[in-house]
Parts: sequence; C-alpha cells; structure tokens
Amino acid sequence: MISGGAIVVSAAVLGAGTFAYRAAGPLLNARFTMKPRTVELMSTAAIVLLVALMVTSTFADGKDLADPARPLGVLVGGVLAWRRAPFVVVVVSAAVTAALVRLVL
Amino acid sequence: MRSRWRSLEQRLGAALLRDIALVCLAVGVVGASYGAITVSEGFPVWAPSLMSLFVFAGASQFLFTGVVAAGGSAVAAVLAGLLVNARHLPFGFALADTVREHRLLGSYLMVDEAVAFGLAQKEPERRRLAFFTCAICLYLCWHIGCVLGALAGTAITDTEAWGLDAAFPAVLLALLLPSLRAATNRLPALLGAAVALALTPVLPPGLPVLFALVGLVVLVRRPRRPEPT
Repeated sequence: MISGGAIVVSAAVLGAGTFAYRAAGPLLNARFTMKPRTVELMSTAAIVLLVALMVTSTFADGKDLADPARPLGVLVGGVLAWRRAPFVVVVVSAAVTAALVRLVL
Repeated sequence: MRSRWRSLEQRLGAALLRDIALVCLAVGVVGASYGAITVSEGFPVWAPSLMSLFVFAGASQFLFTGVVAAGGSAVAAVLAGLLVNARHLPFGFALADTVREHRLLGSYLMVDEAVAFGLAQKEPERRRLAFFTCAICLYLCWHIGCVLGALAGTAITDTEAWGLDAAFPAVLLALLLPSLRAATNRLPALLGAAVALALTPVLPPGLPVLFALVGLVVLVRRPRRPEPT
C-alpha cells in the first residue's frame, strides 16, 4: 500500500489533469468542435481501460490466479446486471456469493 | 428556498427533476461502494473523500484504487486515471457555452451524468439550468456516499471473508454493461481485457491495464469509407 503522502500527491496530480481536460473547452472559449471520430475514440478508450481493470481484478490476485470464489461472485453479479437488476442487488449478490463459496470450500 | 425549488420545478419540469433525483441517488450508492471498497483495500479513511474533492470523476477514482490495490505504483495508477479521464476533453468543448458564466465551477463539476442531462436539453437556458442542477446534486450525493461508505469500510477487517473483493469487479461490470451493449465498444474492450489478463503474470502490477489500449486497433483497422471522386 502507498503512503499517505503519495495518496495526497496522486490526488493532486490526477485532479489537476482532470480539471485541465474539463476546463480546456470553456477557458479557450473556442467555438471549434472536435471530430466525432476523436470523441468516439476517447470514450471507447475509457471503456477499454475499465473493462480491463474489471477482468483482471476478477481473475488475478497480484500475479497469481484468484481463488474461484471471486469469479463466481462476479459471474452472479454480472448475470443479475444483464437482467437489469438494481445496482445494489448486483453488488451485494456478488459479495455474498463469494463469501458463501469461501465458507463452503 | 421553497419558492426557489418551485421555480426550478417550473423551469425544468417535474419529470426531469425526478430523473435527476434518481440518478443522484444511484450515484450516492456508487459513491458509498467506492468509499467502502477503497478503505477495505487498505487506504486510510480520509482517502476516498480527498480523491473525490480533488478529482470528482468516479471511473478514474475506482481505477486508481484498483491499480494500487493490485500492487501497482502511484505513477501507474495516476497515468491510468488520466487516460480514462481524457474523455472529459470533448465534454468541455461541447459545454463551453453552457458554463460560460461560471467556467471554473462548471469545469470542476463536469461529470458524465451531468453532461448527459445538460446536452439532452436543446434550449440554452434550460441546458444551463439542467447541467448545474444535476452537477451540484451529484456532487453532494457522491461526497455523502463516499463518507458513509468509508466509515462502513473501516468496520470490515477481513475483506475476503465478506466477499468485498468480488464486489469491486461487480460494481465495474454493472456500470459498464450498458456501454458494452454497443459492438464498437465491445470488441476493443474484450481484446484489451484479454491482452491485460495475458500480461498480468509477466508485467509489474498496474501496467497490464494500460496495455489493454492495444484493443483499440480493432477500430483503426476497420475499412474506411471510399472517398468520393
């Protein structure tokens, strides 16, 4: 785990960068629009990164394979999400499934 | 206060206000899971609130927690967060007129859901009102959720026994599913995830997620529309 100081510096850098993205349009007061292609690529890139984080945090524990309880929990949550269950139900079911599998195994 | 609320209701309409309230409630719940998961991964109890104060962009905050929890460095986690937040650049251009009177505040509060509600309104004054109403309510709900979640997270000492390690990917999955119903997102995302997973045993923690961006080649290699001659 990183130190408290590193968390503060990271938050400041990430915050400054994010603010710069958001404020560029309003502050430059530019009337030009970005190409739809660029916009699409940026939003897809964000989804790609988040899906990769989702998948690796499902199956990997550091450099090793996670125990089966975790992917099973995520699977149950995923099926519920696919069937448009409420967010809270999805998250709690995933956690409860993983916890129960660990109790049994 | 009461009359202000009534005039807001008159100008935006009860249906839109109800939609905004529902989204805010949902975001509060996501904020609570963010706080609880981040603290149970070993972050100090103030970390989720500090992150939210400085960054206020949920996806990148989750990403930061995930990369660090997997053993990645702060640099890799910040880099991943900055890549995910690049999508805010076009938001700013789309809303430049809308936030003209409060540029700094409008930029600070520019989160996905508020942008969506704002851009859905055609008339400029209504757009401005919808954007700021949604953004301010989201800000409050997200922060309250963060604090409550973080406090709950301190009560959980054994993350795995409670299955909280499965809650984290499930939160992401639930949030990402609507975007994954579109084929243009699904293909690059699946390829990227496969690459990241394959590289996980080999690369230092934090880096495999960044390598997922190679999944975007699927889009580049799509055949171009023939030029009109």
